[in-house]
Amino acid sequence: MAKKKTDSHAPADVETRRELLRSMLLQRRFEERCAEAYALGKIGGFCHLYIGQEATGTGAISVLRPDDYVITTYRDHGQALARGMSPRAIMAELFGKIDGVVRGKGGSMHLFDRNVNFLGGHGIVGGHVPIATGVGFAIKYRGGDQVCLCFMGESVVNTGAFHEALNMAALWKLPVVYIIENNRYGMGTALERASSIHDIYNRAASYDMPRGVVDGQDVMTVRAAVQEAIDRARTESIPTLLEVRTYRFMGHSMSDAVSGTYRTKEELEEYLKRDPIIVMRTQLQQEGQLTDDEFTKLDEEVKAVVQDAWDFAEQSPEPPVEALFEDVLVDTTSDAHAEAAVAAD
Amino acid sequence: MPVITYRDALNQALREEMQRDDRVFLMGEEVAVYQGAYKVSKGLLQEFGEMRVVDTPITELGFAGVGVGAAMVGLRPVIEFMTWNFALLAIDQVVNSAAKMLYMSGGQYNMPMVFRGPNGAALQLSAQHSQAWESWLAHIPGLKVVAPGTPYDAKGLLKSAIRDDNPVIVLEGEMLYNTKGEVPDNEEIVIPIGKAELKREGEHASIITHGKMALTAMQVADQLAKQGINIDVVDLRTIRPMDVEAITTSVRKTNRAVVLEEGWEICGVGAQVVDYIQRECFDDLDAPVVRVHQADVPMPYAKNLERAAKPDAAKAIAAVKKVMYLE
Repeated sequence: MAKKKTDSHAPADVETRRELLRSMLLQRRFEERCAEAYALGKIGGFCHLYIGQEATGTGAISVLRPDDYVITTYRDHGQALARGMSPRAIMAELFGKIDGVVRGKGGSMHLFDRNVNFLGGHGIVGGHVPIATGVGFAIKYRGGDQVCLCFMGESVVNTGAFHEALNMAALWKLPVVYIIENNRYGMGTALERASSIHDIYNRAASYDMPRGVVDGQDVMTVRAAVQEAIDRARTESIPTLLEVRTYRFMGHSMSDAVSGTYRTKEELEEYLKRDPIIVMRTQLQQEGQLTDDEFTKLDEEVKAVVQDAWDFAEQSPEPPVEALFEDVLVDTTSDAHAEAAVAAD
Repeated sequence: MPVITYRDALNQALREEMQRDDRVFLMGEEVAVYQGAYKVSKGLLQEFGEMRVVDTPITELGFAGVGVGAAMVGLRPVIEFMTWNFALLAIDQVVNSAAKMLYMSGGQYNMPMVFRGPNGAALQLSAQHSQAWESWLAHIPGLKVVAPGTPYDAKGLLKSAIRDDNPVIVLEGEMLYNTKGEVPDNEEIVIPIGKAELKREGEHASIITHGKMALTAMQVADQLAKQGINIDVVDLRTIRPMDVEAITTSVRKTNRAVVLEEGWEICGVGAQVVDYIQRECFDDLDAPVVRVHQADVPMPYAKNLERAAKPDAAKAIAAVKKVMYLE
């Protein structure tokens, strides 16, 4: 397939578009409070914010079925929220509390939720890409028609794991959609300083895999491109590599200044003009589908959800110390017959 | 009772478990069309088809990760490494993904999978192809590690590994594939993971060992018996979780211990065994514990140098005599 630039808006009703705006706004307000909680010492460890990139996860996840799978990197709060995970359980996880979505065992980088097939935030750059290929393999093995959506940062394309995983997905025709969120910097290293080619969706040419490049600041554009890739995966079991061009408005993690070392303030300000929330809000307003009052109301509503999540996380207890040794191993086997045989030995 | 090779015992285990559970599949390099680099998977492609016996590109990290992904969503992969030396390329998936997924996900995603393949030295394969990795793997919480030394144990432990709902490392021995032993064909053989076996009984000293060295330890026992020295051979069979009770029971009886392993000395499996012994049997010991292991060098090629580097029966016999103050 030839390279493809998608810029058309898929037809979507106003309700859907407002819902996408609401989801992005929720992610934004949620993470603004994460930064606050981090400064207050309520959140520890590494904390990578998604602010600026919300259109990618929101648009992509919006076209999935409930039984599809999502797997992602350590920059996972936004996608977890977009997938419908509980803001309360996510915030409690970040606060290291027992009601956290993984009971205080994972923190910011490792959000998992079996109820919505959210297969985790993973902390090793590139490490989750072969796992996505394995999920695709399992779907095909069982003869299902689900799809696995795999998010990754652009720095992943230089890892061996990426090449190995995409080669097998194309070789075996697996229903996986790989989405590179190209936010321009792998930590502090610009794409041009790390990759020998700069149109990185072309890496897929090595695997004869369909590919495309998408404006990541427009949620409807992302949605349309991912919809096409998902359809191809679901009906023809053909994987796709999409490069979504976006920008991170915050530092790599909480210890990284927003600008000054590896990118300029001017560059950041230029990208801020294409804030995905402003882009969507402007579209709706220009079409007469959203008033300032309505936007303010929406904003107040999501802020209340985030405040509720914060309050919930505050009051949730720390995990009991006995939990330390829980969930290292399960004490089960594939069936009772095997258990009986073990017991009798 | 039928006498079969270690290779055929593994083959039987794979076949039986694939017949029993259609979620079980075998994936790795040369496992299908080639019938297995060491013919462990002989006939499986013909019986189960290419979806369940899957040849991969040479891409250890990639296909180990494919196994992890498939296990996350309900399949039961058996991932074959042509040798554990090549598995170093995949160690991120073994350690960072398979071993930690259950814990990181707060108990939501267990990993019912097996990573298996030959471990340790064969003959004159030199430095990169002759390494025993059990201490590396056994170091990791979230993994189980087994190292069968006989055809019977190979069959029983692989079957248990496939049925286990955790990631299990199965360390086979290239030099063991052709060895033979009794394996009954009229009963289900399932050996519990975490249980050692007292393969010989004696009163003068204990050899604690595992994997390929279990075979060596049996030869040692035979030779020493001719000299009137009778030893316990404790075959750990599972490195993690280790059967500490089997070790201490034997050492409390004999009061003398030799720990025999194929790998290197520093931070080896034997170091852990010695730690259990000093903690649990301090007052029972009549001599310091002696360890037998590979020389602290990369494996050389030349026959004489390789022989000098490897642990063997003669070195183990000398160690037993040392703990008995006979030499």
